[in-house]
Order: sequence, then C-alpha cells, then structure tokens
Amino acid sequence: MSTAISSAAVERPRKARGGTAFSHWGNALFVLPFVAMYVMLLIVPVIRGFWLSLHEIDLLSGDAEYVAFTNFANLWADEFFRGAVGNTFYFVLLSVPAFVTLGLLLALALNRPGRTGAALRAIFFGSSVLSVTIVTLVWRLVLMPDKGLLANIMGGLGLQTIAPLSSETMALPAVAFVTVWWIIGLPMMLFLAALQQIPQEVYEAAAMDNASRWRTFWSITLPSIKRTVALVAIIEVIMQFQIFGQVQLMTGGGPNNSSRPIVQFIYEAGFRQWALGYSAAAAQVLFALMLIGVAIQVWVARRREAD
Amino acid sequence: MAGIKLNGVNKRYGAVEVIPDLSLEIEPGEFIVFLGPSGCGKSTLLRMIAGLEPTTGGDIQIGNRSVVNLPPGARNIAMVFQHYALYPHMTVRDNMAFGLRNIGIKEAEIDRRINEAARMLELDKLLARKPVQLSGGQRQRVAIGRAVVKEPGAFLFDEPLSNLDAALRTRTRVELARLHQRLKATMIFVTHDQVEAMTLATRIVVMNQGRIEQVGSPIEVYRRPATRFVAGFIGSPAMNFLPAERVASDDDRVAVRLGDGTELVTAVSSRTLNGATSLTAGVRAESLVIDPNGPARGRADVVERLGERTLAYVTLANGSVVVAEAPRDSEVNAGDNVSLRYDASHVHLFDEAGKAYHAN
Repeated sequence: MSTAISSAAVERPRKARGGTAFSHWGNALFVLPFVAMYVMLLIVPVIRGFWLSLHEIDLLSGDAEYVAFTNFANLWADEFFRGAVGNTFYFVLLSVPAFVTLGLLLALALNRPGRTGAALRAIFFGSSVLSVTIVTLVWRLVLMPDKGLLANIMGGLGLQTIAPLSSETMALPAVAFVTVWWIIGLPMMLFLAALQQIPQEVYEAAAMDNASRWRTFWSITLPSIKRTVALVAIIEVIMQFQIFGQVQLMTGGGPNNSSRPIVQFIYEAGFRQWALGYSAAAAQVLFALMLIGVAIQVWVARRREAD
Repeated sequence: MAGIKLNGVNKRYGAVEVIPDLSLEIEPGEFIVFLGPSGCGKSTLLRMIAGLEPTTGGDIQIGNRSVVNLPPGARNIAMVFQHYALYPHMTVRDNMAFGLRNIGIKEAEIDRRINEAARMLELDKLLARKPVQLSGGQRQRVAIGRAVVKEPGAFLFDEPLSNLDAALRTRTRVELARLHQRLKATMIFVTHDQVEAMTLATRIVVMNQGRIEQVGSPIEVYRRPATRFVAGFIGSPAMNFLPAERVASDDDRVAVRLGDGTELVTAVSSRTLNGATSLTAGVRAESLVIDPNGPARGRADVVERLGERTLAYVTLANGSVVVAEAPRDSEVNAGDNVSLRYDASHVHLFDEAGKAYHAN
C-alpha cells in the first residue's frame, strides 16, 4: 500500500511538469498574431525610420547613401525647423493646460444626475466625433475676415474686426482654441469617470467635518483624481505634439510660417521635397521631444504621489 | 453630551412617503439603537439627524437647539459611516485632524485629542499609515477615532459593524459598549442586526415602514413586544405564531384553542383583551418545549443542535410548523414524533390589528 502511494506521488509531479512546459509554448501561439502585427507595424517602422534618418535617400534610383548624423546637424541649422519646434511647443503649452483645466471644470459642472447634465455631456462630447475637415471648415467660416461670424459679431458691437488666421500672433492660438473646442470631450469624460469613482460617503464625511466647498475640492476631490489628471496631461501632450490636420487645413502653416508645427515640417520635407532622410531625422527629433515631455510628467506625478 | 428631540419629523421623496410623522425623545447619554428591516427608514432618519438628508417637515433639536436649517458640520455631532468613509490619501492622523483643522482648533490641542483617542482605540502605532495599509477592523477604529476627537454632543453610527467578519464584529461591539461607558456620550446606532441592538442599546427603537413600532429597553421589547411585528422581528429563532380562537374560561384569564386543537389558558387578563375574538397566539421557542407529557403532538422535521440548546422544527397536526426547544442533551432526532408543552404564562396574544397582549 505504502509503495503504491509513494510511486504515485513521484509520478504525478513529473507529469505535471511536462504538461506545463508544453502548455507554455502552446500559449505563445495565442499572442503570436498580435506580436507579429506589433513588430511589423511598429517596431520595424521605428527602426527603419531611424535607419532612414542616417541616410540620404534618392527615391528615383532607390539609392541610400549613409551620411551619419548630417541630417540632424542640418536640422539644427535649419531656421524653419527651429521655428517649427518653437511653434509646436507653443501650441502644446497653449492647449494642454486648457484641456486639463477646462476638461476638469466641465466634468465638475456636469457631474450630476438628471437629463440636463446628460444632455450637456452629450453635447460637449458630440464635437469630438466630427472629422478634422468639418471642424476646420466650420471654424474657417466663423473666422473668415469681413464676412465670418466673428467679424459680424465684432462689427455689430462696433469693434474693429480681426482676422485671427491671417495674423502671425493670433493664428496658432486660434488653432489651439479650435482644437480645444473640438476634442475637449475626451478629457471631460475621463474626469467624469474619475469623479464618479469617489464614494459619496467621503463627501458626506467631509460635510460632517465642516469642510467648505473649496477645501473639499482641494483636499478630497483633487487628490482622489490626481492619477487621471496625470493621464489626461500625458495623453494630451502626446496628441498635441503631433498637431497637423488643423494647421494644414486652416492656415497651411502661415502666415509667414508662424503656425507651422513639426509634423507639417516632416510632411513637407518628406512628401513635397522628397527629402526622406531629412524628414525621417525630423521625425526622430519629434519622437525624442515627446519622450522627454512624457518622462518629465511621469516623474512629476510620481514625486507628487510619494509626498 | 446632548439630548436629541425629534418632533413630527416627516420625509417624502416626491410622492413616496418614507417617514410619515415621527416623534422621539432621546435623553443625554443614552445609547439608542434604531432597529428595523431594510427600507424601514432607519438610515434615512439617522441621515436627517446628521443633516445629510433634508427633512420634509417637522423639527429636530440637538441639545435644545433646532438644527433643521444647519449644515451637518454645525450640528455638534459626529458620524461613523458603514463603509468607514476615510479620506484615502490622508494618513490616520490627518484623517482625524481634518475636521478639527477646518474649525480652526490649535495644533497643540489637535495633537492632544488625537493622542488621547489613539491611546483609547489602540491606534498609536497606526497614526502615520494610510487607510489602504489598514485592515477592516483598524479602519473602523480610525473612523470611530475621527468621531471621538471632535468631542461631539452626540455620535451617530450607520451600520458600522456590517462590513466586519463575525469575530471582529463581536469584538468591536464590545469596544463600542466600552466606549459608551467611558465617554457617557449620546449615541444613536442604526442596525438591522437584533443582536447588536440587544447588546448595545439602553433603549431600542423598533421601526417598520417609517413608523416607530416600539421604544423600550432590550428586555422590554423582547418580553413585552408592543406589536406582532416587533414580536416577530426580535428574537432568534423568530417567535412562533399560531391562529387562536377564544374559548370560554372560568376565571378572568383568556383561554384559547390553537390551530392544532390544543387548548390553553393564557396569563393574559380578559379585561385587557375585551371583545377581540380572532386572535393570533405567539410563543417563543424557549416557551414551547419538547416534553413527553405535553398536550400537543407533532413530528420533528429538522433538529438543530446548537450546543447550549437544541431546536426542533416541528410540524403540528394542523400542518403549521413551529420551532420548539429541547433540553441540551435531548436525544430527539429528525423524523421522531414528539409531544410539546406550552409555557402558558409566556404566551402572547395579538389582535387583528397586530396589537399585543401579555401576561400582567
């Protein structure tokens, strides 16, 4: 009897070990389609992009001449590129804080039960589903000099009419304004979801604790949603660094390059001037800038959490 | 320490009346338990006292001062919530200090109160931790500590033990009883658990459908339930109810014939009962015992041996099921035919309206 038990006990683990080893490799098959797509569509292009940035490409002959970091050196010296970098930073600085604060304010105002709240939430989110073409078309009509809605309103008020899209100082802020109007819905929804996670009991405890509305916001609400604040900021930094469609359709980068962002520079260098290596180098710079931006935010968020 | 007076308190949500008209006087230093089934309005009533729910009508006084128009923070009360409601991003110390800082109490005084409460509730070593690093029982103690440091006129507890496991619930119950003895503060405790109510309360307020069924000491509501609802709600196992028909009796005590044909002379005076004829008899398991010489016959379907006593679920001749008690060492088994003896002096009678009549 005892021998039978001991031999069974020895037998069993060996079998199990063989079984798990087999199932490990079997499991890999399930993720293979995703990994294959990921490598093909993301890893390979990233490496290929970096490889391109180190070459001078002749599209007609298909020749590629290795030039090391010459493209990057040229970018550094390129006044238009430096302008594009400056414009992009300016645009991110204009739009991201607006997304965070306005998104949060809207969420706070609309975080209530009832039909009015639901209708307003739908309306504010509604514009996000419009395509960039429609949004820019509508706003170009609004901002049109002399005949646009803005000009009419200002004329009606007896003010001097302005044409933001043809002003060097106002073109980029105008694009930022339109961008915020267009996609404020997502940050608002993320903040709403976070606000609804805070248990009502905590607010009731704060009410019993004599906390004013302002104190409740600072000491209860804001600390409870700080992860979402960081999330929204990171998403928006990544998205707004890539500003392109609105500028291309509203100002074309003008007037006098005052609204040309990096992505438009990349597009024009690559597909208008066919300087693929140069364009790829600019794309690497954008990638590095976004990486730095996100890294700083993650670091700040972590440090605040540790406090 | 403050008394609380509820005067004609009314609460309705649109067309739904949750609490029609409720008046109650709570003495300073009392431990009052609002007891009732889910949805009876006990939590709503507590939240109205706290100021978290506006009253539709009536007046609430805390310490002889009407508070219906005051915000929760200005009512001189503290509340312990069912799910603790601690501030997740604050340490235990900050959780306790938050309410005191909001009313501008000096840091030295805040420290004194926190240290005292921490010593009393054994939170000394946890003051620097955040709620997420605490167990359920510790969180509950922090929630109680947060209430204690405010030194309020009255404490409100909204089912504070329902999230704890059975062992911890018993322990926390004892701690609460100790806390009450020590602080001698007015406490209102909401629960649907009759054991909590029986063990903690100086007086129990039994509620049903927004109305008070009975206010009394635990023993009073157990021994002399005012209505059939109270009789059925208090006590475990629940009281047995049997249809009873009044029969002629020699003296001034009421005699009844129960549904299974058993005739009993109860200890209820016929003067109190007057003309009521259609009655229900109520008898607790401890007053309905298995006894070979008993007059009633039945069959034990299920036997529960609880250690200190044995309960038998017995089907009587007329088909109704009652719970009877057998001695601790009884050898009764499921399926046995048994005889039952009623302790007539502990039989309660209820009229059609549910009003109770007891032995004098």
